[in-house]
Amino acid sequence: MITPPALQTKSVIKTYQSDSGTINAVDSVNLTVNAGEFVALVGPSGSGKTTMLSILAALLKPTSGEVLLDGIDQSGLSEPQRVKLRREKIGFTFQANNLVPFLSARENVELMLKLNGRLDKEGKDRSVELLTRLGLGDRMKNLPSQLSGGQQQRVAIARALIHNPSLVLADEPTASLDTERAFQVVETFANLIHEQKRAGIMVTHDLRMCEFVDRVLQMRDGKLIAEYSGADQISNFMANTRH
Amino acid sequence: MTNEFQLAGYLAWKEIWRNKGRFFLVSLVIALITLLVLFIAALGEGLGNGNREYLSKLDSELIVFQENADFVIQSSRLSPSKVNAIRRVDGVAQAGSFAYASAAIVVTGEAEPVKIALIGLEANEPGTPTAVGGRPFRRNLADEVIIDSNTAYRSKLNVGDTLVLRTSQAEKEKTYDLTVVGIAEGQQLGLQPTIFVPIQTWEEVRPKSSAEIGNNSPTPNVAIIKIMDGFTAEQVRANLLAEIEKIEAGTLQEVIEALPGYTAQQSTLNTQGAFTLIIGILVIGGFFQIQVLQKVGQIGVLKAIGTTTPTVAIASIIQIVVITTIGVFIGALLTFLLSLGFPPSIPIVFNGFTSLIAIIALMAIGPLGGLVSIQYAIRIEPLKALGLSS
Ligand SMILES: Nc1ncnc2c1ncn2[C@@H]1O[C@H](COP(=O)(O)OP(=O)(O)O)[C@@H](O)[C@H]1O
Ligand SMILES: [Mg+2]
Repeated sequence: MITPPALQTKSVIKTYQSDSGTINAVDSVNLTVNAGEFVALVGPSGSGKTTMLSILAALLKPTSGEVLLDGIDQSGLSEPQRVKLRREKIGFTFQANNLVPFLSARENVELMLKLNGRLDKEGKDRSVELLTRLGLGDRMKNLPSQLSGGQQQRVAIARALIHNPSLVLADEPTASLDTERAFQVVETFANLIHEQKRAGIMVTHDLRMCEFVDRVLQMRDGKLIAEYSGADQISNFMANTRH
Repeated sequence: MTNEFQLAGYLAWKEIWRNKGRFFLVSLVIALITLLVLFIAALGEGLGNGNREYLSKLDSELIVFQENADFVIQSSRLSPSKVNAIRRVDGVAQAGSFAYASAAIVVTGEAEPVKIALIGLEANEPGTPTAVGGRPFRRNLADEVIIDSNTAYRSKLNVGDTLVLRTSQAEKEKTYDLTVVGIAEGQQLGLQPTIFVPIQTWEEVRPKSSAEIGNNSPTPNVAIIKIMDGFTAEQVRANLLAEIEKIEAGTLQEVIEALPGYTAQQSTLNTQGAFTLIIGILVIGGFFQIQVLQKVGQIGVLKAIGTTTPTVAIASIIQIVVITTIGVFIGALLTFLLSLGFPPSIPIVFNGFTSLIAIIALMAIGPLGGLVSIQYAIRIEPLKALGLSS
């Protein structure tokens, strides 16, 4: 038997009704991401990136189409089933409001295991290890408000990976970081996704961040219009595209 | 479900702990509301008690009034012969005359005489107050007085001391020296400092017009009845009404409720208490609502990463209950400490039952006030975490 790709979408459509008519925020998107693959989702503002990410995250139901996670369609699940799916199979980093403000860095990471009812000694050790790996060994007891933007983003990365999810989603992880920090954060993120064999998708408007991904998916008006894979194609795309 | 409760408890507690100052402030607001509500309840209890305490402590079941007195002691007059007739009615074990007048006592150190209720009672009949210090009356004519504890407090008189009573006799002020033989615990009539004298002495010392002077038989206002074993108050009342003309008889409860102003006073204070509770609900509700509005992003993230809605709701409820409990506890403690410093002349009485009802009502203000905010938290979309609204 062939193992199914970690993530696969089939003709996913999301339409919104607005005063000016119907908008196809996501229009017949077919994509596949394999375990151990890190993909960037790029496109101009309003092209449907966040909507697409929300659908992949099981936060938003598509109007039609299938979203297969480890071969199982999640598009038709009930809300409680989606909640369960999110905490078991998906890891998140968000643009803002990333961390739970009243939990320390370490507690934020461990929360993901607590949610799944499996925070044990081994899990605690792994949390410490992962945070140390992300350069936060001496920041574990700090609250988010005591951490810089880059440090918060790295805690969120640890939280997104700690429970061994199949799919890791990052929405503009570098939005609030300076260039140097942004490169560091994305590079570490890419390394961890490759090592741990997760399927990773990062939405970004900063094309320089595509340096660390295996594949770039370009969206416009809700459609997937181009795909670039391999170092050559990607650096070409980065050199020739302006958003 | 167990995991949900554990998780909710964990989140609720961590949030409180890491925002101690803010949550403590809310607890303090609840504590102040508690203080207010408990004091209003205690004042209501104290006033009500002050009004009814003589009556409610009587070892008696029925009080006989003149017809049409509507159970108001001051509007009733019974002739002594009627009291004797009452004693012969079937089912009446004992009947004591009760006579009321207003007077004043001279207190050393105070410029103005203290106005008091002067009550005349028959020795060895129902109505005599239970003296906690000293002894009851032995005869119906004796220069003796039993004073209520509040009078004792105001006048600083003790058993064995001499009380100076001042009344007007045929338009002339006259003073009488009476020996304090007993002190009664909390048996005022109508919130006035009260003194009790034997009935014949009462007739001698009470304020009189010139026409009344020389009349030696006192006219009681009412008769206080103790019924025989084996009879009910209703039976004895029926017997009394059948055998004696122009009287009415009321149970203690009926007479208490007919006390002038009693019902109005109690309902005024109950309304005040209820309004304080409602204001409490609104204040607490407002606070939790503002808090949940500030937490939209945080709750969105929690839901997005897989926290169930029940967990979020339970965490909010736990927080509200903990904050309310701490507040009510602090408030009750403050009330207790403050009440220790209150002089006995202020009628404040902490009744266990009334306080319990108030505390239960106070414990409800947090959850009731927080209802809207919990509802709101339940409806927050996890998409908010992505900065999207659906
Ligand atoms: N809740 C919504 N209701 C109506 N239209 C929406 C809603 N969310 C997004 N859209 C529209 O869908 C399109 C895609 O939006 P979005 O996914 O946010 O794009 P991006 O993240 O690439 O900027 C836009 O035209 C946007 O206006
Ligand atoms: Mg967007």
